[in-house]
Amino acid sequence: MTNSVGIVIPELVAFETPLDLERGGSLPRYDLMVESYGTLNANKSNAVLVCHALSGDHHAAGYHEAESDKPGWWDHYIGPGKCIDTDLFFVISLNNLGGCAGSTGPLSINPATGRVYGPDFPEITVRDWVHTQARLADYMGIEIFAAIVGGSLGGMQALQWSITYPDRLAAAVVIAAAPRLTAQNIAFNEVARQAIMRDPNFFDGNYANHDVIPASGLGLARMVGHITYLSDIAMGKKFGRNLPRRDRDADGVNFAVEQYLRYQGQQFSGRFDANTYILMTRALDYFDPTVDGLSTLPDVLKSTICKFLVLSFTTDWRFSPSRSEEIVDALIQAGKQVSYARLESAHGHDAFLLPDAPYERIFKAFMSRIHHDLREVQ
Amino acid sequence: MISHSHQIPTWVTNNTRVLDLGCGNGDLLAQLVNSHQIDALGLELDPEKIAKCLDQGISVIQQDLNSGLSNFNDQQFDTVIMTQTLQAIRRPDLVMSEMLRVGREAIVTFPNFAYIRNRMQLGLSGHMPVNPQLPNPWYDTPNIHLSTFHDFEELCRTLTIQILDRDTSNLSGKRTWLGKVWPNLFGEVAVYRLTKEA
Repeated sequence: MTNSVGIVIPELVAFETPLDLERGGSLPRYDLMVESYGTLNANKSNAVLVCHALSGDHHAAGYHEAESDKPGWWDHYIGPGKCIDTDLFFVISLNNLGGCAGSTGPLSINPATGRVYGPDFPEITVRDWVHTQARLADYMGIEIFAAIVGGSLGGMQALQWSITYPDRLAAAVVIAAAPRLTAQNIAFNEVARQAIMRDPNFFDGNYANHDVIPASGLGLARMVGHITYLSDIAMGKKFGRNLPRRDRDADGVNFAVEQYLRYQGQQFSGRFDANTYILMTRALDYFDPTVDGLSTLPDVLKSTICKFLVLSFTTDWRFSPSRSEEIVDALIQAGKQVSYARLESAHGHDAFLLPDAPYERIFKAFMSRIHHDLREVQ
Repeated sequence: MISHSHQIPTWVTNNTRVLDLGCGNGDLLAQLVNSHQIDALGLELDPEKIAKCLDQGISVIQQDLNSGLSNFNDQQFDTVIMTQTLQAIRRPDLVMSEMLRVGREAIVTFPNFAYIRNRMQLGLSGHMPVNPQLPNPWYDTPNIHLSTFHDFEELCRTLTIQILDRDTSNLSGKRTWLGKVWPNLFGEVAVYRLTKEA
């Protein structure tokens, strides 16, 4: 556990003020499951918010148990001496509203009915998340974040933060993201949703009342998603046309890649909630800072104040470099301080989670400078 | 390592927007931020150099100059700088035009191929020059478009670019009196300040 934040204990934070939601409806109250790493300094200026992607949660770094060999999802990038250096920063990570890892979501009890929300849980948007995250910051006494950081859907939250609360962050790090989804992106999400909805165990989202889960649909959704996270090169390197491994379940499997996808699907359907998956993919689909094209991206970014770091990966085809460059170009047009790197990687969209020397070098340089600027202000 | 020509800072105005094409480690921009409080942006291709820019707090975009500057607005910058990079670009003429589309003024430096040492090497030994100014062999060099003071000024005329200032320096960034008098023969590095003719 060297360079690790070590054992972390999540905290459930309760919010008793009602929350009106962007796409209609409201929540009378909600909980957010939160983890933090590092120490908040005296004037509370060194906080970094980490936003998770589609299937992520609050457990971004460290371990929940001493014997565990499974660290948080971004452990390689959060910790002492790492890119998001917990010796310098106080790092907050939360399970977003609508999630299934402890925060209020479709699996929670609806206080109005006394039963599980299930499909009646309201639609949640990236803006809603940003509002709840701002309330979390208020609760923690954090006025301004030193940085808000995220990859993929997490990067979209960082971008939305810079627009919605421009004076509450000094820097935004937007990794492997896009300013809005393309038809192809939405199409992939729709295939995933259909896989879930057509599972006989889905029961229009009321599966909890039937004591079942749409495991096969959710597994299939994950398999489709997983293909879009990897690159052709990465899949070729990892599996090629190899035959299945004999030491694992190989029933009805012809190639190693099939075995791998099935395994990923099974693992995922065991830990993730189908209604949350639908909710998260809809949040992705509807994300559009230009409010459905009523404005232009440079126009909505005009109000931003923070510094930006935008990063993309060459083989990412879910959100390709050109999508990140749309954000960069809009920031340039808006006359903002932005840095950008298009990192060479064979790992597709997943690259933002994986170790890579140039990625780490650039990310760390930016974060160190953010900390340096923090000290100058003090 | 070729030092930046000493003239450059004197051609930059305080509190202006400056774009540096091929900004390297960001040293020149960092210097200008300190001395002139400029709003700086660099373009660079090399990831390690990008990291070094970020180390010193210089905003930098990974961008290939050969793909143009179409992501920038007209007259978005006060000054666009390009040091020792013109000769490595596929279409120097297009980049020059773009520099003065996105910027009010441009500062360009490049190795003068007509410098006496190059003339001697080519003229006397019959070989392409290889020296501290042009250290690469002809078959493996980034310097694909070498030119001289005369060539450059001819291009400026073709592109209706007005030369505001012309100077020379040696590789350490210092001016030499011989270079000042006979730039095309004794100027090692050509240094120009340009604007678009009205």
